[in-house]
Parts: sequence; C-alpha cells; structure tokens
Amino acid sequence: MKRFSFPSLRGYEAALTLLILLASALPACAHVQQGQARGILTGLSHPVSGLDHVLAMIAVGLWGAQLGAPALWLLPVTFPMMMAFGGFMGLLGIPLPGVEIAIALSAVLLGFMVASEAKPSLLVAGAVVAFFAVFHGHAHGTELPPGQSGLLYSIGFVIATGCLHGVGIAIGAVHRWPVGRILLRLSGAAVCIAGIGFLWSAVA
Amino acid sequence: MKGFADMPRAVWVATSAALGGMALPSPAVAHLVTTGLGPLYDGISHVFLSPDDLLPILAMSLLAGLNGPEAGRRTLFGLAIAWLAGGLAGFIFGRALLPGTLTCISFLVLGGLTAADRRLSPTVMLVIAVAVGLLHGWLNGTGIAEARREALGLAGIVSVVFVLSALVSAFVISLKIGWMRIAVRVAGSWVAAIGLLMLGWGLR
Repeated sequence: MKRFSFPSLRGYEAALTLLILLASALPACAHVQQGQARGILTGLSHPVSGLDHVLAMIAVGLWGAQLGAPALWLLPVTFPMMMAFGGFMGLLGIPLPGVEIAIALSAVLLGFMVASEAKPSLLVAGAVVAFFAVFHGHAHGTELPPGQSGLLYSIGFVIATGCLHGVGIAIGAVHRWPVGRILLRLSGAAVCIAGIGFLWSAVA
Repeated sequence: MKGFADMPRAVWVATSAALGGMALPSPAVAHLVTTGLGPLYDGISHVFLSPDDLLPILAMSLLAGLNGPEAGRRTLFGLAIAWLAGGLAGFIFGRALLPGTLTCISFLVLGGLTAADRRLSPTVMLVIAVAVGLLHGWLNGTGIAEARREALGLAGIVSVVFVLSALVSAFVISLKIGWMRIAVRVAGSWVAAIGLLMLGWGLR
C-alpha cells in the first residue's frame, strides 16, 4: 500500500518562501508597556558604549582571575550590588562628586593592580572594587533616556556589566600559563595607560 | 509562449507562499490580557512578558536549588500554592492595597540570599516561598480584577510558576561543578542589584 507523503521543499524554495513571508508581514504594534524593548536594549548597550567602563569591568574580571578563588567570584558578586547602590543614589538624585574622574581612576587603579599582579587581602580587593562600583552605577542611574522602561533598562545594564566581568575572567584564564601571566600583566598596563588618558580627558 | 504549467516549481511555490503570506498578516492587537488565546494562555504569556514576576520565580528557584532537594520540594509546592491563594484573594478583593514597588523587596531578599549562598532550613525556605507567592499572587490577582479579566488567567500564571520552579531548582540541585554554583550566586547578585535599582525607580 502506498503511503501518503507530503511534498518536500528544496532548501532555496524554503528560504524564498520564508523571505516572502517575512517581507509581507505587517509590523506588530502590540506592547505590554511602552518602551520595554528599547529599555532593555538601551540598558544592554549602555555599559559597552563607554570604553572607560568597558576596560574597568574587564579589569575587574582579570584581577579576579589573577587572585583566584574566592576573589574570583567575590569581585563579580560585589560589583553589581554596589553598582546598583550607586545607581540607586543616582536615581534618587543624590549627587556624587567627581563621577567621571572616579571612573577614569578605576581604570587606572584596576589596570595597575593587574599589571603589578597585586595580591592584597580579600577585604581590600573587595573594598576597592566596591568603592569604584558606586561611581559606575551612579553614572548609569542618571542616564536613562525618557520614555523607556526603568526595570528593563536596569536588567539590561546589570546583565551587560556582568558579561563584561565574564569576558575579563575568561581572558584571565590564560593566567595558568607563564606566557599568559605576562600577557595578562601587559593587558593590565594597557588598561592603566588608557585610564590615564580618560583621567586626562575628565580633568581637562 | 509558455503557459502556467511550464513555470518552474520554485516560482509556483513562491507565488503560492506570497499569496498565502499576504492573506495571513493582520494588525497585531496583542496585549497582556488580550492576546486572543484565552485567559489561561494570557496568564502563561504574562509571566514570560513580565520580568517583575519572572525574576522572583527564577531567583526563588535558584535559592531553593542551592539549598538542596528538600528545600526545592517545599518551595515548589509552597510557592505555587501561595501564588494561587494570594492571586485568588487579590482577585476577590479587587484592589491593590500594596504598591507595585513592593516587589523589589522580593528581588533584594531572594537575590541577596542567593548571592550569599546562605544555608537555610527547609522550613525557612517554605516560609520565604509562601511570602513571595502571596505577594506576587496578590498583585497578579488585583491586576486581573482591575482589568476586568477572568480569574482563569491565574491558573496559567501558577502553572508557569510550578513548571519553571521545578525545572530551575532541579537544574541547580544537579550542579556538581563548583564554578557553576558560583555562577548561580552571581546570578543572585544580579537579581539583588536589579531589585535595588527597582526600588530607586519606585522612589524616584
């Protein structure tokens, strides 16, 4: 008995069909709330839009990788929580002097720590990261464009910042090899030099 | 002159797809409670579209997973039943006496406990799960009542709460590698950070 079978589409036919379907679809105007999608996209892109923030976040990850456990996880846990505290202050309009200078200084100091392979106590390392995290958060908290979802913006920038730490930790994995250690220290020096440039721009 | 019968198969397929595609689209009028799928599916989709409900479920499940199978089992049933009870109470009462920003407390508590990896007894876990379920369920129930929708939406919400908490907590319990548990703690710190920022948005 002959079995029924559906006619099969070849690859390009399926692609062509999909293309036509996509082209003929109307835009969906539905929204649960206004500004949801833009909120999360702005939040995700905000931390990666400034090189000073990017370098400082990656340096936190690099330093954590150099220090090893438990700093490896303590620093990426401390940073977002203190950054949120800074954001909270920014949202409430509590002024924080010298935000740009402190962000630039964070790149200088964290870069220096990586370059010199500094190994302070866990408390000191956590305090350094926590201190600068407040300034980074304050800058984020005051910069939400109007008409966007604050919650989604917050989620976006916390995730993006965490991912930057993850990038730093992943790069820092080269620390197990002798050549990797040298490369890591060189990257720390590069972050430090870039930080001096940011500091110059912030002060000038 | 070639007739229709001589047209290549791809052209036939594309033409049919284009006609079908053009017939299909219509203005999307989807909304949180009017997706056209019925109240049960509206409830299911609500959880996935509302981070202020989704994140506490995930955070509660992460915390339960870190605290082991017994805590996971109690959380699974405690959270879902309390969510349903709170939702029904809110739906019957019909008015949200609690401010929406109160949800940030659950973010802060659950995220903070997950980040700290505090060992909690199954009873304490059950109490936390019931409190979180009652709070969020209440807000869901009043929201549904205020929108004059059917209470069946709650069933959709609670089913997602049950399934998600079962899957996520079981996944976390199964983690044996140290760094994966650390990743869970980092995720907890992100939730706490988002909660603090939500509080800032609420107080702003």
